[in-house]
Amino acid sequence: MLTLGHYLIASGLLFSVGFIGVLLRRNVIIIFMCLELMLSAANLSLVAFSRYNQTAGLPDYNGDVLVFFIITVAAAEVAVGLAIIVALFRSRQITDVTAMNSMKN
Amino acid sequence: MTALFYFFAFVMLAGGLGVVLTRSPVTSAFSMVVSFLGLAALFIMLHAYLIGTLQILVYAGAIMVLFLFIIMLLDLKAEEDRKISLFTVIGGALLVSVFASQIIKVVKALPAAAEAMPELSASASEDVKNTGLLMFTDYVFPLQIIGVLLLVATVGVIVLSKKELK
Amino acid sequence: MMEQLPWLILLLPLVSAATILFVARRVPNISALLSTGSALVTFVMSILFLGFGDDAVVPAYPWLWLGGTLEKGLVLEIGLQIDQLSRGMMFVVTTVGFLVHVFSLGYMRTDDGKARYFAGLSLFMFSMTGIVLANNFAMMFVFWELVGLSSYLLIGHWFQKDSAADAAKKAFITNRVGDFGFLIGILLVWAISQTVNFDRMETFFAGNPEVGSGLLAFAVICVFCGAVGKSAQLPLHVWLPDAMEGPTPVSALIHAATMVAAGVYMLARVAFLVEASELAAHVIAWVGGITALVAALMALQQDDIKRVLAYSTLSQLGYMVMAVGLLAAEAAMFHLFTHAFFKALLFLGSGSVIYACHHEQDIWKMGGLRKKMPLTFITFSIATLSLMALPWVTAGFYSKEAILAAAWHESAPLFVIAGFTAMLTAFYMTRLVLVTFFGKARTEHAAHAKESPPVMTLPLILLAIPSVIAGLPFFYERVQATAPEHHGEGSMLVLAASVITLIAGAGISFWLYKGASEDPLRIKLLARKFYIDEIYQGIIRVFQDGVATLLSIFDRYIIDGLIAQLPAYATASIGSILRRLQVGNLQGYAFLFALGVILLIWITLFNT
Repeated sequence: MLTLGHYLIASGLLFSVGFIGVLLRRNVIIIFMCLELMLSAANLSLVAFSRYNQTAGLPDYNGDVLVFFIITVAAAEVAVGLAIIVALFRSRQITDVTAMNSMKN
Repeated sequence: MTALFYFFAFVMLAGGLGVVLTRSPVTSAFSMVVSFLGLAALFIMLHAYLIGTLQILVYAGAIMVLFLFIIMLLDLKAEEDRKISLFTVIGGALLVSVFASQIIKVVKALPAAAEAMPELSASASEDVKNTGLLMFTDYVFPLQIIGVLLLVATVGVIVLSKKELK
Repeated sequence: MMEQLPWLILLLPLVSAATILFVARRVPNISALLSTGSALVTFVMSILFLGFGDDAVVPAYPWLWLGGTLEKGLVLEIGLQIDQLSRGMMFVVTTVGFLVHVFSLGYMRTDDGKARYFAGLSLFMFSMTGIVLANNFAMMFVFWELVGLSSYLLIGHWFQKDSAADAAKKAFITNRVGDFGFLIGILLVWAISQTVNFDRMETFFAGNPEVGSGLLAFAVICVFCGAVGKSAQLPLHVWLPDAMEGPTPVSALIHAATMVAAGVYMLARVAFLVEASELAAHVIAWVGGITALVAALMALQQDDIKRVLAYSTLSQLGYMVMAVGLLAAEAAMFHLFTHAFFKALLFLGSGSVIYACHHEQDIWKMGGLRKKMPLTFITFSIATLSLMALPWVTAGFYSKEAILAAAWHESAPLFVIAGFTAMLTAFYMTRLVLVTFFGKARTEHAAHAKESPPVMTLPLILLAIPSVIAGLPFFYERVQATAPEHHGEGSMLVLAASVITLIAGAGISFWLYKGASEDPLRIKLLARKFYIDEIYQGIIRVFQDGVATLLSIFDRYIIDGLIAQLPAYATASIGSILRRLQVGNLQGYAFLFALGVILLIWITLFNT
């Protein structure tokens, strides 16, 4: 029997995997992918909540709409983020976040 | 059903780990697609057909292509010298495992988490129609704002990728 | 349509002021006509307004809901009070206002700031109407400040002159002192009665006669402070004589007939509060009485024609305030009503004289104007007689006798003061007329004076009529002025007192000043107004210097030392410690961020 808990834990684990990536990887593009993983994990729990919170035989579609918005914003964010990465690479030739320290002292 | 859930969840998490653990950015990008395919399957298991489809179209289609395109444009090689200190790895892993255990604990303590999946009526299969109706009635104003946001993002990307800013 | 009429009366002058300010400012003549036209229309409308019954329902608009209900709580509304008091007062304000507008057309004909002047007049008419029609304290206070503002603008009309600018500032600041008390009073009354609406307040105090007597007395005295400022009672009277720096029509409208009477009107509006507190009533009566006496004394030795009238106004306002304090608010309002006409006439007449003498205001540089300006002389004399309360034939007689009768019934010392003041009034007014209009012309300007144009004499004639008949029932009942019920039936003693004081004052003055070319009396103490201005200057200087020194010490050692340097030091030292957290590494920040999130989750969810 599949419960809400199954989905939530799957979502939490995916989030943690993404989190580890953000903490440990140094390539800025990989970090960016991991951020996408974390966003998607949040989407999974939203959809699960909406599915389990049903009224009159229908899921709560408010959650679905919110997920739709998150996907849209994530797409915009990826476009802008990648453009920034390109601009950064063009001026400094780096993608390693530990090398991005020109503001330190 | 349960077996399917475990299979897709495994695919999703394995893909995620693939993103984190592989050296080559290209492999990472493909792992991400695998992960999102698993995720999309989970969405569909939750009867969220629209979201599942969007997940594939937007992430696997558009975003993944964008990532690959950038990786190739910048000609990124695999990280050769991964001299990540042990301290960072242990600290990060510890932190995240504490975080994951917190999540699991909260979910276990949640009474609603033990609920079985409720049955749906027949009209629930008209998922796109139902979501669309809600989106263009109650959420029409946020929808407009999202549209503006996309426009702004487009303009921003164009400005950022120009060679010289005047 | 009809129930919106009072709103129209209120808003029309505002529209006129705004139009002049934003559109017609470049065209002074159009501005003047616009403003005068709006004054005429409001005058006609206020006559229509007289037909309203007391139960006329005028829509009110809620403005601020700060909790509670209309009956109990702080709810501010914009609403209009329709009763005999407001209808009668509206008649006075719009009549005098309209005539002053007409007079100004002549008086300010060549002035550079004509458009600005008429915009100010319209703004004043708007604010004054607001005070008269307000149905609650909060709204009245707003308009109370607005008349203060328009008064400031009009006193300072000739702001190029330092004295005018200073007088405007003085008027505004002195009024602020009173208004501070007024605001506290309003809040206290609200605290006691839980409402700022006059009707509900009256119902409340009628139902709870014993409520908070000590606090109530304090509250009423605080409210009275507002009237002290606006109606220029002692000790805040100093601004009114200086306010004569403004154009003379302004003095007639604002500083004689309407705005300074607003304090009396406000007290009459809340007469139930004064009745509820005996102590406050005594304070009010004595402040009024002393003001009446002291101001009359000061008026004796003034040489500036407008200043004599200004102190006379102070003195008459003192009468009215005293009447309110003697629980004879009807008598006060009746005197306000008659006084508005003849005092406005006096000021406009003095304006006519000043205009004819090329802006000369010293009465000892005039003289012999009787033959050269017959219309001005006759109307001025009528107003003078009315102010001196010539029995039976003038309006001033009836209203002043009502006050004297009230004083006779309530308090013998105040009756003596009022009687003596009446004698002084007769004295200084006789002096004023004798020196200005009789004898020989003492300067070139006076010798070549000519009668003013009809646009200025017409208002004089029109004002002379109510100065005579306003005390008669057929007139004042028709325009719904508030009057005591059985006036004219005072005891013979009151009548005798007023006749004797009149004859004594006028007689002595006539004997002293007949044919005099300089002042035979030289009482420096009175001429310098009891040195009150100098005393205030001194107090302010000592006080200011002391406070400034204290503040300087405070600033140097407490603010600079303790409050500025100590935190600066603390911030710097804490900053140097916290700087170590700024590792300058993206993932370092992510690590700290994650640590924070985990701690927060632990604290909120698990640490119970």
